[in-house]
Amino acid sequence: MRVRRVRTTLTVFTALAVFAGLVGCGTGDSTGGPAPGGGGATVTGPLTVFAAASLTETFTQLGKDFEAANPGVEVTFSFAGSSALATQINQGAPADVFASAAPATMQTVTDAGHGDGTPTTFVRNQLVIAVPKGNPAGVTGLADLTKPETKVALCATQVPCGAAAEKALDSAGVKLTPVTLEQDVRAALSKVRLGEVDAALVYRTDARAATTDVDGVEFPESAGAVNDYPIVVLRDAPNRAAARAFVDHVLSDSGRGVLTAAGFQVP
Amino acid sequence: MAVPDVEVTRPAPAGSRRPRRRTGRIPVALLVPAVLGLVLLVLPVAGLLLRTPWTTLPQRLAEPAVLTALRLSVQSATLATLLCLVLGVPLSWLLARVEFPGRRIVRALVTVPLVLPPVVGGVALLLVFGRRGLVGSWLDSTFGVTLPFTTAGVVLAEAFVAMPFLVIAVEGALRGADVRYEEAAATLGASRWTTFTHVTLPLVAPGIAAGTVLCWARALGEFGATITFAGNFPGRTQTMPLAVYLALETDLEAAIVLSLVLLTVSVVILASLRDRWVSGP
Repeated sequence: MRVRRVRTTLTVFTALAVFAGLVGCGTGDSTGGPAPGGGGATVTGPLTVFAAASLTETFTQLGKDFEAANPGVEVTFSFAGSSALATQINQGAPADVFASAAPATMQTVTDAGHGDGTPTTFVRNQLVIAVPKGNPAGVTGLADLTKPETKVALCATQVPCGAAAEKALDSAGVKLTPVTLEQDVRAALSKVRLGEVDAALVYRTDARAATTDVDGVEFPESAGAVNDYPIVVLRDAPNRAAARAFVDHVLSDSGRGVLTAAGFQVP
Repeated sequence: MAVPDVEVTRPAPAGSRRPRRRTGRIPVALLVPAVLGLVLLVLPVAGLLLRTPWTTLPQRLAEPAVLTALRLSVQSATLATLLCLVLGVPLSWLLARVEFPGRRIVRALVTVPLVLPPVVGGVALLLVFGRRGLVGSWLDSTFGVTLPFTTAGVVLAEAFVAMPFLVIAVEGALRGADVRYEEAAATLGASRWTTFTHVTLPLVAPGIAAGTVLCWARALGEFGATITFAGNFPGRTQTMPLAVYLALETDLEAAIVLSLVLLTVSVVILASLRDRWVSGP
């Protein structure tokens, strides 16, 4: 089982694809990883899954379960911000499955013709206020975040958690000035863990994954900003059979069990 | 590094041509890798230019967010470079001119930020200068000063990453410089400080200029340590590289335009500085 950040590799890949395009060697598709795995009923070979950063723990577990059920499969994950992953896929990254934290991000991939079929919403996620363990500032709701001495980290509006935060704040009629707009939900969370901010708006699942350092405070307005997570098999998947089987595994009862245990809601 | 190159540069007498010592064919074994190296460096930039949305370029450039990020980038890189000069030149002198135990270890430590992934540098800065950090908690309780999420934090992060470039360039220049001038000054009664300001500094001025340019360029492009330590907020800590990264999340063309702006500004400034300070002809 290999879990690694392949963003750097993909950047190099993208550069090489541009290079190949410029010198007229065709597209970068031919460099897409090892040979596809057979194509019969048995599921074998390498499988590359691009998944939103907030899926890191659950998908790692799902990957282990999937490998245990299919001994010939080796799953590699790339966890990053959904938008970054979508950009990489649209630039020809050799992935089999894409799980996004937002339908809008998924749409950039399907609009570009890289999806195989319609994406399926497999979980939903809701925002909570992440505060340092024990909630020293006594935060009970969004209104508490507007105090001038309270430092708040939000995600940038370009990434799904930032868009959801903006929606929740708007619907609550709360105006707050964050000290930083972080590049993904995990970066916002780590600012809370390090004690650099007093609160951050993150997903419930992220707060739960960091439960040793962080408490999650639920707030009613988050119901108006629920995030759907769609998953799709990619059209240029090098290992389509395994990709389909993996998506089925995510949607199965045991897969949903792993996801709900982490704090996701199933649709 | 570029230091030896600077060292051998002598001011040529005005109007005279350089003597042509190198004759004969250029060896293929040198030419081929040289051209490939150039291609590797230049081609990605060409890729950027090919994908630039030229038609919508003017209206995208006029967006106030672009100018805000650009101004912040240039200001913070310049301040970081000044900080590096004030601290880095004396440090280079210490490493080059003073024998002390553990000098080799100190020299290695100075280069650590070069090999450290900048994001790790940003985390390290948080652990020391953050609100709960070793120095940061003291700054907060004594002066009420917190560095993360401020422009001062951006300058600090950039200086941390860029100073090794200055120190290596200046130390190389100092070690290559002829110490007999300094010894002569000392025998004539000059103090070590006077020798430093009147003999050593003018002697290694080209090395300092080269180091300054490298340092400024590195600070201008700094991303990882900045976003980790100083966060990202428009007008306060969002420099151009951070704006590029976030634009990439939604709008590839906007990211390309921002990259192009940063590229143009840095090339113009670096080219003019190089002509003026670093190389002769």
